[in-house]
Amino acid sequence: MKKLSGVRVPHRKNTAERVPERMPVPPAITLPMNMHIGAPAKPVVAAGDEVRVGQLVAEAGGFVSSPVYSGVSGKVKKLDEVLTSAGQKVPAILIETDGLQTPADFTPPTVTDTKSFIEAVRQSGVVGLGGAGFPTAVKLSVKDLSQIEAVVINGAECEPYITSDTRTMLDQPELVLKGIELLQKYLSAKRVIFAIEDNKPDCLRLYREKTKGLSGVEVQSLPAVYPQGGEKVLIYHTTGRVVPEGGLPIDAGAVVINCTTLAAIARYVTTGVPLYEKVVTVDGSAVKEPKNVIVPIGTPMQAVFDFCGGFKAPAKKVLYGGPMMGIAVPDTDQPVLKTTNALLAFDEKDAILPETTACIRCGTCIRTCPMKLMPVEIEHAWNMNDGEHLKKLKVNLCMECGCCAYVCPARRPLVQVNKLAKATLAGYNADQNAEAEKAAAHAAAKVEKGAEKK
Amino acid sequence: MNELTVSVSPHIRSARTTRSIMLDVILALMPALVASVFIFGARTLLLTAVSAAACVLCEYLWEKGHKMPITIGDLSAVVTGILLAYNVPVSMPVWQLIVGDAAAILVAKMLFGGIGCNFMNPALVGRIVLMFSFTSEMTAYVFPKTSIDALSSATPLTVLDKLDMSALPQLLYGVHGGVIGETCMIALLLGGVYLVARKVISPAIPLSYLGATLLFTWLFGGAQPILAIFSGGVMLGAIFMATDYVTSPFTTKGKLIFGLGCGFITAVIRVFGNYNEGVTFAILLMNLVVPYINDLTMTKPLGGVTEK
Repeated sequence: MKKLSGVRVPHRKNTAERVPERMPVPPAITLPMNMHIGAPAKPVVAAGDEVRVGQLVAEAGGFVSSPVYSGVSGKVKKLDEVLTSAGQKVPAILIETDGLQTPADFTPPTVTDTKSFIEAVRQSGVVGLGGAGFPTAVKLSVKDLSQIEAVVINGAECEPYITSDTRTMLDQPELVLKGIELLQKYLSAKRVIFAIEDNKPDCLRLYREKTKGLSGVEVQSLPAVYPQGGEKVLIYHTTGRVVPEGGLPIDAGAVVINCTTLAAIARYVTTGVPLYEKVVTVDGSAVKEPKNVIVPIGTPMQAVFDFCGGFKAPAKKVLYGGPMMGIAVPDTDQPVLKTTNALLAFDEKDAILPETTACIRCGTCIRTCPMKLMPVEIEHAWNMNDGEHLKKLKVNLCMECGCCAYVCPARRPLVQVNKLAKATLAGYNADQNAEAEKAAAHAAAKVEKGAEKK
Repeated sequence: MNELTVSVSPHIRSARTTRSIMLDVILALMPALVASVFIFGARTLLLTAVSAAACVLCEYLWEKGHKMPITIGDLSAVVTGILLAYNVPVSMPVWQLIVGDAAAILVAKMLFGGIGCNFMNPALVGRIVLMFSFTSEMTAYVFPKTSIDALSSATPLTVLDKLDMSALPQLLYGVHGGVIGETCMIALLLGGVYLVARKVISPAIPLSYLGATLLFTWLFGGAQPILAIFSGGVMLGAIFMATDYVTSPFTTKGKLIFGLGCGFITAVIRVFGNYNEGVTFAILLMNLVVPYINDLTMTKPLGGVTEK
């Protein structure tokens, strides 16, 4: 089997040895209601309400949604709208902390079968913690369990700098193993594949040892080639199966779950403690003391950076997540989200935007694309506003991993172009559908007219 | 408030730039320059330097005149200049070479939009212009003083039928008549290995080009097919000219087709044509069909579903 392309990005896992430290409680937290993909959560508290650590503050707003829990004890200041880094205004709950961290009463859920297990996952507030933010309960709601040939646990952590998954694997093996047991029991997973990149030999060694006696569990060492942890890439490299266009992993017989996500589920099922805090890797050239930090979700970034000694040089670019796919934020007041696995701050030198030059048609982007797309052709088609060609080039399959833009010697903003090209394609498809409908209506009218004449 | 930069990911880039690629190509061309000094004398240095400078100047003046951003820093004009110089005999008058440089940069490159937009290899266009404008100067092969046998009296291509495999070492050293950059096979191969090792070029085009030249020369009954790929401009062309990014296909499959076509045309011209050298035409003709090759060799996206 030929491996998919990718790039050997620098690892820069400076914090791999740093056991997560708990930061002091921030004076206030902001919990946006859209920390997941799907319908926003609905607040169940009002201004002035007392909340405790781990208390439900917002319930799922639909099937594809997720509840939100407070990571602090204190008082709800107000329900407000906040501007996210993506530029949308979303409802949010602002909580002022009292510093006491009074815990709520945690009772483990009753889990007896698949249905109650998935209900527990839904209640846990867990979403794809690798960064995708897709509600895990929805992901695990497979209609026919016999479709699942393999459950892949994603411990690849292929982005540079980030080590929060590494720490989960090293510091909470009992939760990860409990999670594997739950998957075997309630998803009837015959084959559990624990996929870890070979730049984490400690994790590989630990889990090879811990899973020795377990049947149906295998630990796979994967080369540290970005984007190894991309869902489709991971499925292909661990099971050899291809997720079809427009399909889900289950169409390739696979369910992929991030190792930290799995540990969070196991914690809720065993103790009743839902997702309200996260291990976040804080690193980057502007950060004084890079480390892993246990952060209550909703904490403003600045407080987390302050806990890491602040900035040694003025921060000129701050990211949610890693440097390959991370989102640049306009200010450091942005809160830590459920999906935040790293906060990176870069100094002036690293924030300089590269100068874009003319495409020399070297084709490196094509040879590097793990999805075997043709970024150079996509850029051309997008420039020509050629929706038909974009459809043929399948820009919709782009996962925006950034390999093409990373290797481009002309420094062209290929990910940005692909995002825009997807929108162009969506517009083209909508136009096509509208036209087809119009033609169908016209034809139907014609038939009717013909019938009248007779 | 401290201003933060907001941009779309990725936020890190590889070290390779257009300039660094061109620098690698220039480095890879240096062994051939050194060899040419030994074989033809120091005038090769003058020709190469003048040609490179003329190309850069043409690009600069064009861009300045059109109030465009100046792109000479990417060094692509230097590569064109060196390659064109490698395609002329050591006795070439300097002013004539400059005419070729102007044609290469102004006509083949800048008229079509500069780097990345030319559809033919600029250096080869320059060579064609020189070939038809100054035919006698372009074919006045000056022969190295040091050589001693039959090879020194003509370029190997014209006497291939009189040679046997014992001529191979001399072809590899390149101590015989020809244009300044094409004769020393060892130097060219050294450059080629460097470019492949640095992943600047893929070996697909040089290998398929040379392989096809060998195969078709043999099929067409040409003399000494093995010696044929070590003589004339095919080595220089296969490693440095046919691999030009802009004018060659994207994918490995496309590159193989391209190399195959180049080798076929080269063999046809060499065996059946009036010219004893077909590399220039072979590459230029194949340059023209690159868009079609690219269309034929589109990649199949992972999991992509074709509509019925």
